[in-house]
Amino acid sequence: MATPIIQAKDVWKEYGDNVVLERINLSVMEGEFVSIVGASGCGKSTFLNLLLGNESVSRGQLLLNGDILPNEPGPERGIVFQKYSVFPHLSAVQNVMLSDVFAQSPFVSRLFGKEKQQAYTQAMAMLDKVGLSHAAHKYPAELSGGMQQRLAIAQALMKKPKILLLDEPFGALDPGIRKDMHKLVHQLWQEHKLTIFMITHDLSEGFSLGNRLWVFDKHRHDAQHPERFGAQVTYDIPIAKDIQNLSFTEDMKPVIDASVA
Amino acid sequence: MTRLINKKPSRITRLLLGLLPFIVLIVLYMMASQARLVDNPNDKLLPAMSSFVDAINRMAFEPSRRSGEYLMLADTLASLSRLAMGVGISALIALIVGVANGMVPFVRAPLSPLVTALSLVPPMAILPILFIVFGLGELSKVMLIIIGICPIMIRDLQLRTDALPPEQILKAQTLGASSWQTIIAIVVPQILPKLIEAVRLTLGSAWLFLIAAEAIAATEGLGYRIFLIRRYLAMDVILPYVLWISLLAFVMDWLLRKLSQHAFTWYHTAQGDA
Repeated sequence: MATPIIQAKDVWKEYGDNVVLERINLSVMEGEFVSIVGASGCGKSTFLNLLLGNESVSRGQLLLNGDILPNEPGPERGIVFQKYSVFPHLSAVQNVMLSDVFAQSPFVSRLFGKEKQQAYTQAMAMLDKVGLSHAAHKYPAELSGGMQQRLAIAQALMKKPKILLLDEPFGALDPGIRKDMHKLVHQLWQEHKLTIFMITHDLSEGFSLGNRLWVFDKHRHDAQHPERFGAQVTYDIPIAKDIQNLSFTEDMKPVIDASVA
Repeated sequence: MTRLINKKPSRITRLLLGLLPFIVLIVLYMMASQARLVDNPNDKLLPAMSSFVDAINRMAFEPSRRSGEYLMLADTLASLSRLAMGVGISALIALIVGVANGMVPFVRAPLSPLVTALSLVPPMAILPILFIVFGLGELSKVMLIIIGICPIMIRDLQLRTDALPPEQILKAQTLGASSWQTIIAIVVPQILPKLIEAVRLTLGSAWLFLIAAEAIAATEGLGYRIFLIRRYLAMDVILPYVLWISLLAFVMDWLLRKLSQHAFTWYHTAQGDA
């Protein structure tokens, strides 16, 4: 059997007495698209931070391709946050060129001549793919929220990450723009053979985009001491894309709604 | 009826209203000056406008009888070069130390308490020490400016660095940036417009320290001249000098603002004041 790209073995995350996550046991194969839902403060973001390497596990093991996950962010795991994912002092195309700049210019962080031209051409191709070529020379402040998120995704993909982490990437967008973004993410997922983890508050988004849905919730609850128990993945639901399994969604919805609310 | 808070003056009205207080002040001065001069034609406290014109002519456009220099020009150049050195060196130190403090915990741990402590020392209180250590030359005056404004600028830039969204730093790392690349490509370019703001805000203090140092020990300079001439109650020179210093300060502030708008368009677009 192939090694899972991400495997959690009895992972706990605690801050002092506050247990955020407990006994997480999961494995995710390459190419899966996991949507993560759950109430606010239930540890979804903490889990994503663990995957990013921004925080480390308190107990247990989190494995990336069978090895312990490095304890700092790295190029194999791209990320798009809800906001602040692009750099305001760089134009759109400069934002996308940034990973090439980092790779080729360790000291001055600037490219010249042929290398610059090459990075520029590649960045423009990527911008074209996410539909931003017309805004290549604008600064992020001049772009709408949806365009900024497209830019953030384009920027992250230039590094060709194996894993793409999305922290409520469409949370601040209008419903119409959201639909376009769903299409884009779905298309990029299949083209680049990405493994995606996406936190969302929108249940239908979770169902329609991913091929797997996790619900984070507390398994046990102590009313006197709410921080005593951490959250777990209470539902791990495979979503069969080709069958359009609507009845399944409808059945599950009340249960999940209750735990998300 | 429109509420008062919703009424806005037109362009011309605004301009006239802006000029009004200045005109009122000038007229008041002239009336007071006139009244005193009628009593005593030799009064030095509130000289007439003609005395100002004479004094400006003498200081700015005629070579000094003693040294052959144009005094106001020489004073201005001396003061501005001290100010530029003091502020420039402070800005450079503040940029390096502020960003390093904000980004590198192992730099911050030893340096941050030191900067905080230094910023609490009243600079004027150690002016004698500076004169003893660095002598009465240019160095001690420049040092006073640096000691006066640098700690504040460092602390400001450190806070600005801290205030950058952590998401950006994380994102840069996922794009393969090293610590150095994160600082040089992500942090410093975003801190530079804040540095200009910090310089604009501390220029006032820089002038204060400059004039104080010049008043105590100098042979030329705007502050030196004012304090020298005070002995003769030469208000006809002091007031134009004060106005000249204010004008210089205003022009420097304006130039820095224009520089920032020109060099950091992205920043001012995001701030909505381009």
